[in-house]
Amino acid sequence: MSTETLIWLIPLPPLLAFFLILLFTRRNHAISHTVGVGAAVISWLIGMLVFIAAIGAEHLGEHPFASSIGWLPLGDQTLSIGVLIDPLSAVTLFFVAWTVLMIFIYSIGYHNFGQPKGAHDAPGLPPHGAKDAKHPELGHQVPSVEPMYARFFAFIALFAFGMFTLVVSDNLLTLFVGWEIMGLCSYLLIGFWYAKPSARDAAIKAFITTRVGDVFMLLGIVALYSATGTLNFRDILYNHEVLQHLASTPSIIAGLSAAGLIGLLLFIGTVGKSAQWPLHVWLPDAMEGPTPVSAMIHAATMVSAGVYMVLRMFPLLSAGWVEGGALTPTMTVMAFIGAFTALFAATIALTQKDIKRVLAYSTISQLGYMIAALGIGAYVAAAFHLVTHAFFKALLFLGSGSVIHGMEHGVLHTGEHVDAQDMFNMGGLKNKMPITFWTFVIGGLALSGFPLITAGFWSKDEILADAFGNGHLIVFGTLALAALLTAFYTARQITLTFLGQPRTKAAEHASESVRTMTLPLVVLAVFAIAAGWVGVPEHFPGLGGLLPNWFHDFVGGTLLEHPEGVAFSMVPLLTSLAVALGGLGLGWLVYRKAGQADPARKPLGPVYTLLENKYYFDELYEVLFVRPARWLAESFSYLFIDRRLIDGFLHRVAQVAFSLGSIFRNYFDAPVVNGFGDLTASLTQSFGRLLRRVQTGQVQQYLLFVALLAFGGLFYYLLNVLR
Amino acid sequence: MIPLSWFLYLAAGLFGLGLYGVLARKNAIGILMGVELMLNAVNINIVAFWRYLTPGNMSGQAFAVMVFAVAAAEVAVGLALVISIYRRRKTVSADEINLMKW
Repeated sequence: MSTETLIWLIPLPPLLAFFLILLFTRRNHAISHTVGVGAAVISWLIGMLVFIAAIGAEHLGEHPFASSIGWLPLGDQTLSIGVLIDPLSAVTLFFVAWTVLMIFIYSIGYHNFGQPKGAHDAPGLPPHGAKDAKHPELGHQVPSVEPMYARFFAFIALFAFGMFTLVVSDNLLTLFVGWEIMGLCSYLLIGFWYAKPSARDAAIKAFITTRVGDVFMLLGIVALYSATGTLNFRDILYNHEVLQHLASTPSIIAGLSAAGLIGLLLFIGTVGKSAQWPLHVWLPDAMEGPTPVSAMIHAATMVSAGVYMVLRMFPLLSAGWVEGGALTPTMTVMAFIGAFTALFAATIALTQKDIKRVLAYSTISQLGYMIAALGIGAYVAAAFHLVTHAFFKALLFLGSGSVIHGMEHGVLHTGEHVDAQDMFNMGGLKNKMPITFWTFVIGGLALSGFPLITAGFWSKDEILADAFGNGHLIVFGTLALAALLTAFYTARQITLTFLGQPRTKAAEHASESVRTMTLPLVVLAVFAIAAGWVGVPEHFPGLGGLLPNWFHDFVGGTLLEHPEGVAFSMVPLLTSLAVALGGLGLGWLVYRKAGQADPARKPLGPVYTLLENKYYFDELYEVLFVRPARWLAESFSYLFIDRRLIDGFLHRVAQVAFSLGSIFRNYFDAPVVNGFGDLTASLTQSFGRLLRRVQTGQVQQYLLFVALLAFGGLFYYLLNVLR
Repeated sequence: MIPLSWFLYLAAGLFGLGLYGVLARKNAIGILMGVELMLNAVNINIVAFWRYLTPGNMSGQAFAVMVFAVAAAEVAVGLALVISIYRRRKTVSADEINLMKW
């Protein structure tokens, strides 16, 4: 089979698994997860084959693996769909395939496969635990299996299908299809425990917020199609003439070129999907879903998809920009929003108590990093951070799920009613959950950019070096500050969760998770370290040149003009060393003796409250959008327009029609129409009364009549003929 | 050679026999047998006319075959009806089967 054929096959197994599970294997847990994980394994296998072929190909940027077929003939044009693997989609495929597979395997353990059914468990609610059958006399509880186990695998399989479709597609239309499938699945999965009102609200919030971005993105797609007549990536992005044309055509908005406007519209789609300010509000609430879902949405797939899309469209976004030159307005907007989001989300993460919410804000912040990097033209650095971040953030999310699982075990065991996700209820988990601890530390160090050994250091350092080297000092400063805060809250999280003494009895009785959960952690931890080694800058002191900067050469080949590596400078290197180590050390110092209260609350005072309440953005949106919308719906549309105007008009029409109708009835229908009808009926009746005597029911009598008539007829005929 | 009229006499006789059976027999199966006789009388007529008047044209034979087919179908349906009536009313006598009257 050719590589192109293989690429077509990548998204299909999860889709097949989705239908298989929903239609046939739903009732059986073991078969359902075998089908789901099996599909992920097949996709992973094909993905790796394609990836290896992509690495081996010479000049993949110029000659990518591509094939397409006509899909939808529209007048004299045909929309085609197809697949494309160029360096960018190859590396994306790599990390997506790995993280998806790991998350699928992890889900088996997370949903307590093999555990007994809980007596009080119901579909739509998280499992409440079941009686311990081994030691019933102790009265302990053990975790119980998820009631909607098979359904979960069906949904994440569909999610995986959406992501694979998005990655391998060669045009914006199929990319958008995958994008929206993921939007639907994130709605279904965030609201997986739909009997919890908070989960329902979070699902709706996520769906509507991302929809805002998607509408603009669709506008951008339509604008692009009308401007170029194609949506194929290669035709638009790898084509000097088209880009030049788009960059020089002014758009309806003054000061923006057509490329700039389209890029901006597409970028708003990313703002929604990748949870950038001001559409970031849905992502922290999305933590209501099961933890593998959080990892899926926040690391491997959905938010990465947003960044992947802008990376993909980068030639369009930056059309008219020359390397080292002034930024286009679109790029400036991206740099601003990205850098602002990076800092803004990092500050909120400082004060969150929920272990997953910290990670959610950290994700928003890291995505801001990538967007900012793209905004200043650091294409390769953004792609690099996308890859490393996917690995270590998936690791952290799955690790936090493992922690929560261990805590829930403790909660069930002791019967103590504490929030299993609150970090201030944890502490001392290092010895209870050694694998989770060490992998979480690796992920945390990668997130904070611990020097040299972790992947996060290399990618973050490259972004900072790019910002500094090209003279974007404001962006550089903001990102460096965000990096400091990142290291700080990571140290806070690790210290509060794993170090020190247990703060609750539940934490004392926490236990390590099952092997299906720890194995993915270990695999992802390997990547959280090793994924950075492929992108060591050439001029890095000591290490540069030992390994070739493979990532830069490979991914840089995606663009028409290969980007130059940035010149080495000590300033960003020292800065990133200082912020990473300083933040980590500071965080440890502040939180190592923390009790049930946050020691930062007092010195920060009102700032702490502001951060704890996420700058009151939810409340602001409530006042700005939700209440006016509700007023519009309830008071204006319903009471005034619907009740007063429309209903009033309709009632008047009904009255008139009613009186008209009674006139017709009394003076036309009753005397004329009914009279005629009754006459017909009575005539028919009396005629029938006469004729029914013939109907004796004796078949042979009838036949006699027939025979006599026939003979009579014959006789008459012969008489006429003979005469 | 036998003249055409002989066939017509035979057919007329057969038809009369059948007609008598249909009108006079009380047994429903007997009535059906009478109907068969009448149909076959018609067949004799058709074949005879074809052979004597238009031997070059196949339509006479074709009609005869058509009548066989219709007769077979009619017997199948008719016997099924008789069986069904017998199961319900325990009789096959035509003058007792007089539900369809005013």
